[in-house]
Amino acid sequence: MCLAIPAKVIEISGDLARVDFGGIVREVNVSLVDVKVGDYVLVHAGYAIQVIDEAEAEETLELWRKILELEEGESEG
Amino acid sequence: MFWERGFRDPHLVKRIIEKIREAAPKRDVVKICHVCGTHEWVISHYGIRSLLPETVDVVAGPGCPVCVTPAAEVDEAIEAALRGAVLACFGDVIRVPGSNMSPMEAKVKGAEVRVVYSVTDAVKMAEREPNKDFVFFAIGFETTAPSTAAEILKGSPRNLSFLVSHRLIPPVMELMLGIGDLQIDAFIAPGHVSTIIGLEPYEIFPKAYRMPTIIAGFEPVDVLLAIYMALKQIRDGRAALENEYNRAVRREGNVRAKDLMRRVFNVVGGSWRGIGRVPDSTLTLREEYAKYDAREKYGIKILSGRDVRPGCQCHLVIVGKIKPTECPLFMRACTPQKPVGPCMVGIEGTCRIWAVTRQQLSRGNRFEEG
Ligand code: SF4
Repeated sequence: MCLAIPAKVIEISGDLARVDFGGIVREVNVSLVDVKVGDYVLVHAGYAIQVIDEAEAEETLELWRKILELEEGESEG
Repeated sequence: MFWERGFRDPHLVKRIIEKIREAAPKRDVVKICHVCGTHEWVISHYGIRSLLPETVDVVAGPGCPVCVTPAAEVDEAIEAALRGAVLACFGDVIRVPGSNMSPMEAKVKGAEVRVVYSVTDAVKMAEREPNKDFVFFAIGFETTAPSTAAEILKGSPRNLSFLVSHRLIPPVMELMLGIGDLQIDAFIAPGHVSTIIGLEPYEIFPKAYRMPTIIAGFEPVDVLLAIYMALKQIRDGRAALENEYNRAVRREGNVRAKDLMRRVFNVVGGSWRGIGRVPDSTLTLREEYAKYDAREKYGIKILSGRDVRPGCQCHLVIVGKIKPTECPLFMRACTPQKPVGPCMVGIEGTCRIWAVTRQQLSRGNRFEEG
C-alpha cells in the first residue's frame, strides 16, 4: 500500500490525467501535484503524489559514479 | 524511463557492494532499520541481504500499514459492514485478521465487502448506488492520507463515510529508539512517505538521538547507496540526515498534500498492532468533518481487540526484533495461502515478502542470475 509506481503523464484534464505505467494506461488524480504532459509522476492509490525530477535522477547517478570512482582512486592511491 | 535502468545497473551495484564491504565494521554487527514495506520488497526480491557482509544487518521495521492496523479497528470496519454498510477497502485489507474474523470472513457471513484501488473508487461507487451506505476503510501512512483528505474536502456523497485509520511514520520511528534491546544504529527512511512529509520531520533523529538517517528510493542502487551512506556515517562517528532520493523528495515535501491533511485531520496518540500506543501517531477527523465519520454514524468505537494470535510472533517481526524465519509458524502453520498473523497478509508484510521471494530466488540474489 505504500507502493508508489512511476508513470508518464500523457493527457491532463482538470484534476485527472491519463498516465502510462510502461504500457498500461490508467486515469489518476493529479490534484496534489503540478504536472504537465510528458512529466513522470509517482502514483500511489490512484493519486499522483510527487513529480519525479528526471534531471535530478540523471545527475544523482552521474554523481555517484564519479564519487565511487574517486573513492576507488583514493583507496588505491 | 531511462534512469530506472541506471538504478538497477549491475556494474554500479557491484561497485557499491565493494564500498560497503570496505565501510562495514570488521567485528561488531551494525543494525540498519528501514520502515517501509517497499524497501523490504526490494531488499528481498533482489536478494540484497546475501550480498552484504555479515557485520551488516538490515532489518524491517513497522512499514506495512495493513500489519500495524490494530485488530480493534478491523473489528470496527467489520461491525459497520455487519450493520448494513458496504465496506470498501484496499485489496490486502480484506484478509487481515480482526479479533475474531477478517473482512473476507465477514463477507461469508453476509456482510458486503468490496475491494477498491483508491478512495476515488469508493466515492464513485457511492455516487452510482445512492440507495446504499458505504464505509471506506481509510488505512495507510502519509502517502494515502492526503487522498482521503482530498475526497473529504471535495464534499463526498452523503451515503459515504470514512473509518479513518491513517498512521504517521516518524512518531513510530522515534518510539523504536526507546525500545532498549532493539539497538538500531541507523535508519533508512521511507522514500514515498518522504515525498509527502519532506525532510524536516526526520531532523530529530540525528539531532536528538545521534542516529544516521538516510531517505532512500526504491531501486536496488538506491537501497545499496543508502546502506553505504549509513555505514560511512557510522564509521566516521557522524549522525546526519541525508537524502538519497532527491529525484522525488524535496526538502519541503508535498506542500499541497500536507495542507490537505492539516485541514481535515487532527493528530492524536493511537495504538499500533504489535507495538502498542504511539504518541501523536494517528489521524482522526476534525470536528467540522464529523458527519463523514463512520464511527459516529454507526455508533461504533471498539477500544481493544485481539492483536496477536497464539504462537504468532508478529509483534516481534514488526519492530525488527526477529526475522520471519525465527517464528516457529513461518511456512509451517502460517503461509501466504493460510496466514496466521497480519505480517503474512499485507503485501508489504515482512513475513509475506520473505515467503514469496524465497520461493522465487534460486541463487541468493538477482545480480548473478543472467
Ligand atoms: S510467520 Fe505468521 S505467525 Fe509467524 S510472525 Fe509471521 S505472520 Fe505471525
